[in-house]
Parts: sequence; structure tokens; C-alpha cells
Amino acid sequence: MYEQIARNKRDSVFLVAIIVAVLLTLGFAIGVAYFRTYTAGVGLLGVFGIVAIVWSLIGYYGGAGIVLAASHAQQVTREQAPVLWNVVEEMSIAAGIPMPAVYVINDAAPNAFATGRDPKHASVAVTAGLLQMMSRDELQGVIAHEMSHVRNFDIRFATMVGVLVGMIALIADFFLRSTIFGGFGRRDSNNSGGAGAIFFLIAIVLAILAPFFALLVQMAISRHREYLADASGVELTRNPLGLAHALQRIAGDPNSLRVATRATAHLYIANPLKGRKAKETAGLFDTHPPIQKRIDILLAMAHAGPDTLTSQTAPQVAPSDAAGA
Amino acid sequence: MIAVIVVIVIVVILAIGLWTTYNGLVRRRNQVDNAWSQIDVQLKRRHDLIPNLVESVKGYMQFEQDTLTKVTNARAAAVAAGAQGPAAQAQAENTLTQTLRSLFAVVENYPDLKANQNVISLQEELTTTENKISFARQFYNDSVMSYNTQIQSFPANTIAGMFNFTPRQFFEGDAADREVPKVDLGMAPAVQMQQPPAPQAQQPPQPQAQQPPASQQPPTQ
Repeated sequence: MYEQIARNKRDSVFLVAIIVAVLLTLGFAIGVAYFRTYTAGVGLLGVFGIVAIVWSLIGYYGGAGIVLAASHAQQVTREQAPVLWNVVEEMSIAAGIPMPAVYVINDAAPNAFATGRDPKHASVAVTAGLLQMMSRDELQGVIAHEMSHVRNFDIRFATMVGVLVGMIALIADFFLRSTIFGGFGRRDSNNSGGAGAIFFLIAIVLAILAPFFALLVQMAISRHREYLADASGVELTRNPLGLAHALQRIAGDPNSLRVATRATAHLYIANPLKGRKAKETAGLFDTHPPIQKRIDILLAMAHAGPDTLTSQTAPQVAPSDAAGA
Repeated sequence: MIAVIVVIVIVVILAIGLWTTYNGLVRRRNQVDNAWSQIDVQLKRRHDLIPNLVESVKGYMQFEQDTLTKVTNARAAAVAAGAQGPAAQAQAENTLTQTLRSLFAVVENYPDLKANQNVISLQEELTTTENKISFARQFYNDSVMSYNTQIQSFPANTIAGMFNFTPRQFFEGDAADREVPKVDLGMAPAVQMQQPPAPQAQQPPQPQAQQPPASQQPPTQ
């Protein structure tokens, strides 16, 4: 358990370092391309570095609040949503971490996410649709998945990488636009052949490739961590069928979540955006593994066949919390 | 000269090893203590809830005095067992769990009682407290196992012996809880992830019946 978390933290540091390196290389190349001296390249590298640090700090301390506000999540008390609150408290005990803040999103699409910078400053948000639809066991499976993200420090990683990838995309976009529409490109073509021209080419190639590369890293990790959170969520509940049923319900729901955007999609337990159809394989830019594959793995853990799910699709007792939220 | 340096390096390495191992042992022992206090909190919570519950259902259940008395007695026994260590306490708490289950089974027979708002919320409170007890127990036992394994393995066992780290008791669940294995506890997450889902044709129709322990097979001679 602790070894897994330690490995996760190490991986996170490594990947953030890679993304920062991409960012700094981009800064250096753009600097040299623009001003045609290495000093300027180093200068811009420094500027990008400082901006990245400031930006990351904002993301680190304010990211959770921003994400929750952007998702229109409202904090609830024990009295407003007793069942949800109790289930979250049960899972925090099972995971051995402090009780997180509990939020409800007033949306009919069933989904949930966790955010925060560490287990002491974590929040769990679920939609009203999820509360209405799920039995207690299913809700427990979903919350266990989210608490695993909290315990494994996935939430910090997701916030940091999200911030940095966004910054790379912004800078690359800005550079490409300014080369196409601005004067720097023309000025450079007048005295071709210097180091400036080479770096200009490198900068363009980097500006095109860097955002894709960074996004690729982010998404690959995001998919891997979803599998991991499923598995360690089951380690908490010891009941793979609860989460399997919950994912089945989420997959069967036609609504897509209105408050989710591309920037927050990777936080949710299942992809909240369109295109949730049953796919066999994960695309390179998917934030989530195919939901059917996740269900199959959970069923394999329970030694149950695929029929288990279809035999239990009758409506179950809904938690009364959804009305109070 | 070289010999002196070698000796110094070895001593430093040993000191660092001692330091990190000792800190690791302390961390695990504190986690065990913390996990135990979590169980304790939930057990106390249950002890506090039961008188309320008995009070609320008493009026409806004149004919079930026997069940109510059993619950009250089991609660008193569990409170008294609190000072006798994990093993004795687990025993008393498991008895209390059993009597509560039979009480809720009886409640099912009284429609008035089932509709009573007070009883409904007490029932939810007791359900979640039961769950919290079992999850706290799960976390406690995991912590104890990790701690016990650590102090019994080499080289930490030498340090554990020096500084008097003693093994802790497990908080045993009752037999009824163990009858329904819902999950393959031997699974390692990493392995499960790579394991392709078994084809449907190979799934046995009765999955629960597939793992008789080998030791229980009677030898045929």
C-alpha cells in the first residue's frame, strides 16, 4: 500500500519534471528564435520557469477551489446529505485518511470526482444524478474509487499536470500565431542561415509537437491511474461488484455532464463528455480507459460472469440525499 | 588510512540503516495505535446509539422484550469488555452485532416502526456505524499485519528486539462475516490490471463454489 503510493509520488515527480523540461526547452528555442542570441534564450527560459512556478503555486493552492467553482459544486453538511456523508466517512476510515469536504453538483448525469492537493486538503464531489441512481453499495464503490485517488496523491498530480499542460499549450499557441501573423518570421527570413534560423525551425517544430507530447503523457497517466483507483478502491470496500454495477449504470446513462469541460474531464470517475459509447480500445488522447474493460476487470476480481450485471438491473432503493442537495 | 575510511563508511551506513528502520517501526506502530483509536471511537458511538434505539422501539414492541433485553445486555457486556484488550473486546462486540441484527430483523415485522422517521434515521446511523467499525477493523488489521511482519523480518527484528517493539493482536471478525468471500483477497492490483478478462465460456456457473480449501478434501484410501 505505502510502496504503491511512494512509487506513484516518484512517477509524478518524474513526469512533472519531463513536462517542465519540455516547457523550458520550448522557452529556450523561442527565445533564441525571436532574439537570435543565446542570452535571450536563457532569459526567456528563466521567465518561463518563473511563470511556471507561480502558475503551479496558484494551481497547487487554489486549483481545487477553481475546479469546484467551475463545476458548480456546492458543499453539503452531514444533515443535508446523511447517506453520502456517512459513506464518505466510512471510506475515509477504510483508507486511513482524514474526512474530505463533501460537495454535490446539481446535475442529472451520474458522475463524481475528487480534487485537492493532499489527503488533508481534499474534496469529493458527486452529482445529484449519481445519488438518485445508486444503491448504497454502488455509491460506496464510487466513493472508494475517489478516495483512492486522494490516498494515492493522484489529485495533486492531476492538478499540477493540468496546469502545466495548459501553460505549454498556451505558449505554443501564442508563438505559432505570432509567427504566422506577426513580423518576427519576416525579419528572420531576411538573414537566413544563422543559428537564429535553425532555432526558429526548431521552435516551430517544438511549438507544434510539445502540446501533443505533453497531452499524450497526461492522458496515458490518467488512464493508468483510473485502473489503479478501481483496484485500490476495491481493496477498501472488498466488493468489486459495487463499483462494477455503478460503472454499468454510468455507462447506461445517456446524459452528459453540462458543467464538465475538457479541462476538468480527466478528473471524473468516467468520461463526462460525449462519445461515451462502448469502445474496445483506448485512443491515445482518451482521459479514461474504455468503461466496459474496467467493468470486465472488476467482474474478474469477483469471479463473476457478465450475466451478474444484467440479472440485477432492477431499480434499487435510491438514497434519499439527492432531494436534500 | 584506507581502513579507517572503510570503517567510518560502514559505521555511517549502519547508523543510517538503524535510523530509518527505527523511524519506520515507530511510524507503523503509531499507525496501529491510531487505527485502534478509530475502532474505539466507532464502538463507543454504537454504544451511545443503542439506548436511543431501544427507547424508540420499546413502545411498539411489547411482545419482543426478549430481543430488547438481549441487545441491552450485549451492550453492557461490550462496554465492560472495553478494558480487556482487542481479543476479548472483539468477542463481546461481535455478540452485540448479532443481537442488533436480530433486532433489525424483528423491526421488519412492524410496518409502523419501519415508517417511523426516528427509527429510520437511527437505523441509518447504526448501519453506517456497523460499516465504520468493520472498515476501521479492516484498516487496523492491515496495519497490524504490516507492523507485525516488519518487526519479525530481518534486519528490523534485531532493532525491534532492542527497543522493545512487541507484536500486536488482530481484531478478529465474527464467523458469520467470514462466510461470504466477495473478493479474491490474494489479488495484487498490478497483476489484475494486466490479466485479460476470462472468456465467457470458461466462467463456472457457480463461482462461489469453486474454491474449496485443499486441506478439507477427505483423503480417499
